[in-house]
Amino acid sequence: MAETHTAKRPLSPHLQIYRPMLTMMMSIMHRITGSALYFGIILLVWWLTAAAISADYFAIMQAFFGHWFGKLVLFGFTWALLHHMLGGLRHLLWDTGHGFKLSTIEWLARLNLASSIILTLVLWLGVYWVRGTL
Amino acid sequence: MVAFSLPQNSKVDAGKIWPAPHKGELREFRIYRWSPDDHHNPRLDTYYVDLRSCGPMVLDALIKIKNEQDATLTFRRSCREGICGSCAMNIDGTNTLACVKAIEDVKGPVKIYPLPHMPVVKDLVPDMTNFYAQHRSIEPWLKTTTPTPEAEWKQSRPDRAKLDGLYECILCACCSTSCPSYWWNGERYLGPAVLLQAYRWLIDSRDEATGERLDNLEDPFRLYRCHTIMNCAKACPKHLNPAKAIAELKKMMIERRL
Repeated sequence: MAETHTAKRPLSPHLQIYRPMLTMMMSIMHRITGSALYFGIILLVWWLTAAAISADYFAIMQAFFGHWFGKLVLFGFTWALLHHMLGGLRHLLWDTGHGFKLSTIEWLARLNLASSIILTLVLWLGVYWVRGTL
Repeated sequence: MVAFSLPQNSKVDAGKIWPAPHKGELREFRIYRWSPDDHHNPRLDTYYVDLRSCGPMVLDALIKIKNEQDATLTFRRSCREGICGSCAMNIDGTNTLACVKAIEDVKGPVKIYPLPHMPVVKDLVPDMTNFYAQHRSIEPWLKTTTPTPEAEWKQSRPDRAKLDGLYECILCACCSTSCPSYWWNGERYLGPAVLLQAYRWLIDSRDEATGERLDNLEDPFRLYRCHTIMNCAKACPKHLNPAKAIAELKKMMIERRL
């Protein structure tokens, strides 16, 4: 009898019902930013390749990164890079067997998120301050 | 495999609203229902419970519903004091034991589902076969090669203290079924509960199968699907920390190569 029911047993709800928590969201953000970096690095390589090919090609790439959309992509890339790097440091700490207290994991998640945003803004404001333009 | 949405036969339909008692301090409960006998999809039934004649815990409400409103409501329970692990379920979005979860700690309607991403036997009862088979696979018993002593296997106090925070595990599966890695790879990833048990036997000073146990875990899936998501440590109703136990296992893997 048991066998006849096994095949059609439903799967209980999971992602649909689990309470979203900051630590869980930061874990998926670490993976998303990590994937985003793949594409960000392609842009960087493209830019360097363009510089090696010709002045005209390089000018096209410069125009792309000078466009507001290009800048938006670069801003996102900066944030993804910093967020993923800080996340990496968090994982490094965990790999030593430390930082597992419930209050600590919460605190680390908040610190990671806040620092990534602040550092991105500081970096872009720094560039603006040095160059006088973005 | 990663499948974010539920299979067609598992989608939860709107359910029945059971008549509320006429008076009292009413509290709304929305409970996952599925029976193998009626050939319908799972549904979410609504019940109203008078808190003035009900105990403080979610399990008290479930028992009251079963006694007074709907005898077909099915769930596991035994000790009603957080030591047997039978009444593990998803309450208000997180996994816990119904017997130690206070109704007053839940805001709004109390939503109750079976442990997540598990085959459902009936209502709030999941099929734990795979979980127990995985527990069996780490050989959760003392393994020795030296001849058995005449009396007991002795252990110093400091060595015994290493088991604190591990031996208290009641295998309720709240942690394993809270883990997205276990949801997507539960067939091959052992999950937090079983890995905590694996660590419990590895650091037992009396156990002599360290190498063999570590060999068994040296696998891209069995151990290394843990990505420190931390849902396990947050869910554990016994306040244990499977994430830390897994980190210690990963450290043991590296240390034995040095």
